[in-house]
Amino acid sequence: MTNANGNLLEVRNLRTYFDTEDGEVKAVDGISFQLKRGETLGIVGESGSGKSVTNLSIIRLIPSPPGRIVSGEIVFDGVEILSLKESDVRRIRGRRIAMIFQDPMTSLNPFMKISQQMMEITQLHLGHGKSEAYEHAIEMLQTVGIPEARARVDNYPHEFSGGMRQRVMIAMALSCKPELLIADEPTTALDVTIQAQILELIKTLKRATGTSVILITHDLGVVAGMTDHLLVMYAGRIFEQAPTEELFAQPGNPYTKGLLRSVPDPLKEQGELYQIPGLPPDVAHLPAGCPFAPRCYRAEEICRREFPPFVQLTADHFSLCHFAAEVFEDSRTAIAGDQQTA
Amino acid sequence: MNDDRPTIPGDQDQPEPGLTPDPAPSYRHGDVIHTAPEYAVADADVLAVERGDTIAGTSLWRDAWRRLLRNRLAVFGMIVVAIVTLASLLGPFIIQKTTGITPDYIPSDVARLRSVPPLTGIDGAFAWTHPMGTDNQGRDLLARVLQGGQISLMVGIISTLVSLLIGVSYGATAGYLGGRVDNLMMRAVDVLYSLPYIIIVIVLLAVFRSQTARGQVILLFIALGSVSWLTMARIVRGQVLSLKNQEFVLAAKATGVSTPRIIFRHIVPNTLGPVIVYATLTIPTVMLAEAFLSFLGFGVQPPLASWGSLATDGIQNLGIFPWQLIFPGVTMALTLFSFNFLGDGLRDALDPQTRQQ
Repeated sequence: MTNANGNLLEVRNLRTYFDTEDGEVKAVDGISFQLKRGETLGIVGESGSGKSVTNLSIIRLIPSPPGRIVSGEIVFDGVEILSLKESDVRRIRGRRIAMIFQDPMTSLNPFMKISQQMMEITQLHLGHGKSEAYEHAIEMLQTVGIPEARARVDNYPHEFSGGMRQRVMIAMALSCKPELLIADEPTTALDVTIQAQILELIKTLKRATGTSVILITHDLGVVAGMTDHLLVMYAGRIFEQAPTEELFAQPGNPYTKGLLRSVPDPLKEQGELYQIPGLPPDVAHLPAGCPFAPRCYRAEEICRREFPPFVQLTADHFSLCHFAAEVFEDSRTAIAGDQQTA
Repeated sequence: MNDDRPTIPGDQDQPEPGLTPDPAPSYRHGDVIHTAPEYAVADADVLAVERGDTIAGTSLWRDAWRRLLRNRLAVFGMIVVAIVTLASLLGPFIIQKTTGITPDYIPSDVARLRSVPPLTGIDGAFAWTHPMGTDNQGRDLLARVLQGGQISLMVGIISTLVSLLIGVSYGATAGYLGGRVDNLMMRAVDVLYSLPYIIIVIVLLAVFRSQTARGQVILLFIALGSVSWLTMARIVRGQVLSLKNQEFVLAAKATGVSTPRIIFRHIVPNTLGPVIVYATLTIPTVMLAEAFLSFLGFGVQPPLASWGSLATDGIQNLGIFPWQLIFPGVTMALTLFSFNFLGDGLRDALDPQTRQQ
């Protein structure tokens, strides 16, 4: 099943554009990444940075019109998804690539019983009969920690709390044992205690099933303990790409540094919380040079004029910046400095 | 409580977790909070379950049903509709069994039996033979009103079913596909809408005028059904437009569900509230249209009767034999009122915005 390099998913130079009244919006503009089997990849970025569009592109669910995938390749387990027939993609969706969405309150059909919604998937993909699908649904609900699953399976979604619904979503997503699970901000709509539980659940189930996970979030705290690799996206581009620990320890991009600084640190309660100045760019009208230049503390003349290069810093650490090497170096000395003062 | 559920720390000695305060947090700022055991359930979730157990099975429909029962007018409407329906279905049959009179039975001595007043025998004394009197052919008016009810209700219900079938699938398809297809489909509806529909129906009925009375009724179904789906299509399309961008539709797509299945299994059931309300209100509209057509002589042909055609007959002798108009007229009005009350009640019961009161 594995292809030569052990990658489950390879995205190469993906460009997804939307035609709007404002003109062409380059929601995702030339991004590439790989995901190995069993790995967890985090995608971080502000709203509108192209995280969700990237993942909808992977299972070809970009609403068209207005969206269209302009170029790129998405190779899933050796198969190029973008050139598949629609019916073949449908066979992958839910069966081999499953998704969890942001808002569990709206991602379940309010008029269908939990059992009906869960049975639909396994009947569709695994050819289950009615009773088999029903038992499977109960089993999956137990797996995700729904108490009294047998009694609850015939409830309607409105009889479940938000955290429970997200568990149901996870149960649905995992019921065909997909090879890839895409979780699009799975905890954003939940309160903090439930958030921790849901993340823990995803982590546990991932370990148990060996599923690869793509975790999309705008919350750096969420990805820290969950992911092996991180992509930092901004304005439809990958700004930095690195193993999670390395990215947290030694960011090589001014934008990543800004993001990390704006995470509140409960140990240092004094002082103002840092925020990156300015607003996320209007992707329909991007400036000529680096899209982050207007908000960047390091920006120089060249940043506004030329699009930055994608610089390799270490074996698998890349950064999109004219001064990637310098920023990377600064981070190292800053850490050293911190340790000296501490 | 189920015993094989994992226990939650701090939950064992508390029979009613909802009433006891949470234990004081034992962590400080900055601690990594991953204390939840595998598969543990948050207290909030447990509470939801326990509350949920007592009210389990409260589906949206049951809620709506309860609200409907609280609405007196709607209940009145429901009862009247039920009585009229039952009477129309069984009445003529029972009358025939007990008295041998059929709705189209014209007695041999027409001269003496024509236009007998209600509850009166041939001799002018009180009698139960003709509770609503007879018409000017000597036919029993009660039997004719009930049989007319059959036709009127059938026209109303079947035309509404036709409009449901065409309107819902047409509207849902247009709304879901969107874009150019939607534009084309809905402009076609606009064109049909702008034509005066009663004239279309008259033309249809006149052109395809059937030889038999039964054929004429079927033609009436088709004619009324084929124009009454337009509003239904618009309503459903509007609903689908707002539903199709909801996350559960995306979620269904992401699980590989096919487009027709998404439309008819995931989206259409969500439009059922407004659809039911509108369908309930379509029934009286269609019945009224039928009465109007029959009144003009285009609808139901004798010997079959409908409330409209009975009214036509009755109006000719209004001055002398008023009951020949009053009975079919009042029955029809009462039924139409009831359908409207029921429709309004359903709207209040199913509309989430009035739910808060």
